[in-house]
Amino acid sequence: MQSGNEGTELLKTTGLTKVFGEVKACNGIDLSIAPGEIHALLGENGAGKSTLVKMMFGVLDPSEGEILWKGQPVRIGSPGEARRLGIGMVFQHFSLFEALTAAENIALVLEEKTPIHKIAETARQLSVDYGLPLDPNAMVGDLSVGERQRIEIIRCLLQKPDLIILDEPTSVLTPQEANKMFETLERLKAEGKSILYISHRLDEVKRLCDTATVLRHGKVVRHCVPRDETPSSLANMMVGSDVETVKREGAAPEFGKPLIEIRNLQRPPATPFSIPLRGIDLTVRAGEIIGIAGVAGNGQGEFFEAISGEAVQKSPDVITLNGEKCGTRGISGRRLLGVGFVPEERLGHGAVPSLPLSENMLLSRHQTDRKTMLGAFGYIRNAAVKAASQRVISEMDVRKTAEDPEASALSGGNLQKYLIGRELDRQPSVMIVDQPTWGVDAGAAARIRKALIALARSGSAVLVISQDLDELFEISDSIAVMHDGRLSEPVPIAEATYEKIGLLMGGAEPGHMAFEGVKEEAGA
Amino acid sequence: MDIFQSVLLTIATASTPLLIAAIGELVVERSGVLNLGVEGMMVIGAVCAFAASYLTGNPWIGVLAGILAGAVLSLLFGVLALSFATNQVATGLSLTLLGIGLSGMIGEDLVGRAGERLPNLDIPVLTDIPVIGRLLFGQDPLFYVSIALTAAVMWFLFRTRTGLTLRAIGDNHKSAHALGISVLKYRYLAVMFGGACAGLAGAHLSLVYTPQWVENMTAGRGWIALALVVFASWRPWRVIGGAYLFGAVTIGQLHAQALGFGIPSQLLSSLPYLATIVVLVLISRDRRLTVMNTPASLAQPFVPDR
Amino acid sequence: MRIELVKRPQQSALFSAVSPLLALALTVIAGFIIFSFLGKPPLEALYIYFIEPLSETWQLHELAIKAAPLIMIAVGLSVCYASNNWNIGAEGQFIIGGITGSLIPILMPDFQNALTLPLMLLFGFIGGAAMGAIPALLKTKFNTNEILTSLMLVYVAQLFLDWLARGVFRDPNGNNFPGSIRFPSAARLPEIMPSQGGAHLGIVLAIIAAVIVWVMMKYLLRGFEVKVLGGSPRAGRFAGFSSTRMVFFAFILSGGLAGLAGISEVSGAIGQLRETISPGYGFAAIIVAFLGRLNPLGAIAAGFVLALTYLGGEGAQMSLGISDKVARVFQGLLLFFVLGCDTLIHYRVRLVFGDPVKVSG
Repeated sequence: MQSGNEGTELLKTTGLTKVFGEVKACNGIDLSIAPGEIHALLGENGAGKSTLVKMMFGVLDPSEGEILWKGQPVRIGSPGEARRLGIGMVFQHFSLFEALTAAENIALVLEEKTPIHKIAETARQLSVDYGLPLDPNAMVGDLSVGERQRIEIIRCLLQKPDLIILDEPTSVLTPQEANKMFETLERLKAEGKSILYISHRLDEVKRLCDTATVLRHGKVVRHCVPRDETPSSLANMMVGSDVETVKREGAAPEFGKPLIEIRNLQRPPATPFSIPLRGIDLTVRAGEIIGIAGVAGNGQGEFFEAISGEAVQKSPDVITLNGEKCGTRGISGRRLLGVGFVPEERLGHGAVPSLPLSENMLLSRHQTDRKTMLGAFGYIRNAAVKAASQRVISEMDVRKTAEDPEASALSGGNLQKYLIGRELDRQPSVMIVDQPTWGVDAGAAARIRKALIALARSGSAVLVISQDLDELFEISDSIAVMHDGRLSEPVPIAEATYEKIGLLMGGAEPGHMAFEGVKEEAGA
Repeated sequence: MDIFQSVLLTIATASTPLLIAAIGELVVERSGVLNLGVEGMMVIGAVCAFAASYLTGNPWIGVLAGILAGAVLSLLFGVLALSFATNQVATGLSLTLLGIGLSGMIGEDLVGRAGERLPNLDIPVLTDIPVIGRLLFGQDPLFYVSIALTAAVMWFLFRTRTGLTLRAIGDNHKSAHALGISVLKYRYLAVMFGGACAGLAGAHLSLVYTPQWVENMTAGRGWIALALVVFASWRPWRVIGGAYLFGAVTIGQLHAQALGFGIPSQLLSSLPYLATIVVLVLISRDRRLTVMNTPASLAQPFVPDR
Repeated sequence: MRIELVKRPQQSALFSAVSPLLALALTVIAGFIIFSFLGKPPLEALYIYFIEPLSETWQLHELAIKAAPLIMIAVGLSVCYASNNWNIGAEGQFIIGGITGSLIPILMPDFQNALTLPLMLLFGFIGGAAMGAIPALLKTKFNTNEILTSLMLVYVAQLFLDWLARGVFRDPNGNNFPGSIRFPSAARLPEIMPSQGGAHLGIVLAIIAAVIVWVMMKYLLRGFEVKVLGGSPRAGRFAGFSSTRMVFFAFILSGGLAGLAGISEVSGAIGQLRETISPGYGFAAIIVAFLGRLNPLGAIAAGFVLALTYLGGEGAQMSLGISDKVARVFQGLLLFFVLGCDTLIHYRVRLVFGDPVKVSG
């Protein structure tokens, strides 16, 4: 199944292993990439993909094993050395500097003493050539996620690499932007460059990649040719068993009375780099799940803060939860109306990393469960708190290593199950979740989605903010799209297509200029 | 020399140590490190400079000793705050406490001894130019150093690739690490530069401003230097303005004390500290602007994973 | 050679307990080196520093007198630092507490009854709390860095006290020496066991304060709020806790306790308002708070340790002619070592020798 013969590989790893403490994040990885191929690296969250490429890029030191570059064994001590060899990388969580301009960001990795304005000019030229227009003098903090990714890619290309590593590049793009990027990648391939493409989106991989390596639990499961596989066979390799697809059963349910009503929600930008909310209207009824799609950084976080009451509104009428006008109430006041919230960041927002799970239980429940969990003078009834924690742990099947571990010691999937369970345990009549399965393994993700659907079926209103379109199509009754602080009309799931939602994600909406589209035409 | 000129001259002398210490700390903070030990490094610089000058009879050796002492002390901070990733606020505080204690111990036998003042730069003809002559050509040598240092830091931060890298580290040390920039190496160098500057500022106090050793002679100037960095929104040229503003307040209240006016001397003496508070309030009021200007990774400990 | 930190999956319970002791041991070793360097017999000096002050009852009383303000202030600072608010102006709050508490005996010398002392203590607490509230107000209202403002206010407080003691509050019959009238006995904090030594009620108050605050931190929702907002402000906001209120709470509590310590010192150990009333207790208490691992009960033990360095310093000066400034050096070093050792709770420390081999590409 290997493409290419011995000695012709651009990059080859043998037995590459990385140990963190007692965990083998990568365990004896063998992999080879031929010149001019697009090689997919597939695997679930936590399968070891990122660790593997960080070793290839010199960010991490391998514990064992060998990397061969153009047939020679190399020890890549730093990203600088990786770049000198001809390896470039585009990070998933970008390695950009918000307070610097695009050109300065690029200059940082170029070793020759070219003056900044020359670099800016070259970058501008290159970006136009590859159809990824960017303004080299713009401050990165002011740019959208998609634009930031362009800087990363251009920065990588300017180093003239033979191998480009792309870590989940489409997770921040609309489907249309992603298509555009695939063209760029095809072109790079035609120029003879190799690409290591990390993704968990199977149809993308099937369409784009020549070969694939599938990882699971830090080990190589299979090398294969994606074109010969089906998405479900690829998914089976990744997960190791048949993937549970969550289904909403039966006919479209009847929805009850509105439980979330948002009327003309406005919010000025809270920090220099945040997005204002511009007149958001939304209704979610009992029994309904509404998904909010959108590219990261279009105001979802700001919206969550506004609806949760972490940022309060000036008038009570703006937000009505469970029939109660509550725009001026804080988050505890809104929870008391029977509303549950799960934020995007697990550590440092939904949970305090350094506190044990049981104390994190108290974090969102000290007011709603005041009677059981607290005594006089705010005395904390430990037994009651621990009992609730135990209930959630067994209900959501949270796996942990210690009796009551610190939140930071749990894996992403297990902590997320706990945080979702913490709210479900109260049987909320309204549930608002931001990125419910971001960075969560497939098993936990399925469990969480099922739980959300069950909650809606029991008569609650559920609002899910997610960047994962597949997820939204799986669980939502309607999908609305957030773009630049505005929210589109919800599209009923029967009428929703990836293309339609994708266009909305790019900002195409009546009375709202399709900015990306215009740019593309100008570029072409 | 008229009174006006001599007042301006003393203002420059009072401002120079503030400027030097603040410009050093500015570089440290631009790299994302908050070293609250400026006061401690400054006072150690002062005592070591005075001791070396007293023992050798050469104030220039004193200057070198001050610089060295500040840098060595800052290295102590570096080992803890950088290599051991300790809380920078607490570590900086302990540096100040240690510096004050250590300086008292070293300087015990030096109290009350007369030291030699670092001679002024007197350019024969030029100093005789009316009004600006002495001001421009008759100051102490460290005055020129302070101005040159500020210019050099401006050039370094905004005109060199290394300076760009330093600013990038201060903005986001994780990104810098991912790009293969040695975050800790840059920060160590920045911290030591800051220490050397604080030591030099201390040397100015004990060799120029008041050529003697008095316990705790920095009297909070290290803290004022820290406030100046905030006041200057981390921009070097604004530090000059801030330093001279505080120099003027200090000298102004001294003259007011001399003249009497019936105002309690203690009230006048507390003016520089009150002014610091007022200025900090005025400059920090705009939350958005403060967020924009502050190096984003300031005071965040960084542990590289490998 | 370089130092590499490897994050532990869980905090190390062992090092949580051992780290303050380890820091003490390192400080003693550093002391050995310093004394050798100064040409003094190191073992004898260490004995005088750390053992001798504990050998007689009256000395234990002296220890308690010194420990009382340190513990009282550190208890408040522990809460303040745990909530991630940086009050380093306790010295100023101590002074202002001393002044406001003294208002009663100085301005109303005839007001002498059972209420005198409680009122003085209350005034002291209020004065310190009000002084602490200034940086809190500036921080919440104007976003001003509380480290710098609280510190600047120390200098202001010192000068203010100086002005009072030399000016308006000066004892008219005091031969022009600075300092107020001597307080009448109704305004003096009583000694615990007058027959044995001079320790006054201050130490009892300090220990009571420590226990109350410990209970709050361990068992009450308010303590949980401190931990949450200190550990992660955003999670605190998610929990519905107000960080603005926490800033005020932390500063008023720590300022108030510092003020209480101030008036306890003035009415207990000193007996009049002088131009200086603190040998740097407000700063040494920062070390006490950290040495006690920000735990109020830990602050009690740590307070005695720091008090020992003060006493040992005096003893060493008398018998060996070692500068009492050495005590300050010890205190600074101790904090350094405490912070370094605390790293071991969260990380394994590895020494890596040699540089990575370069790529041969």
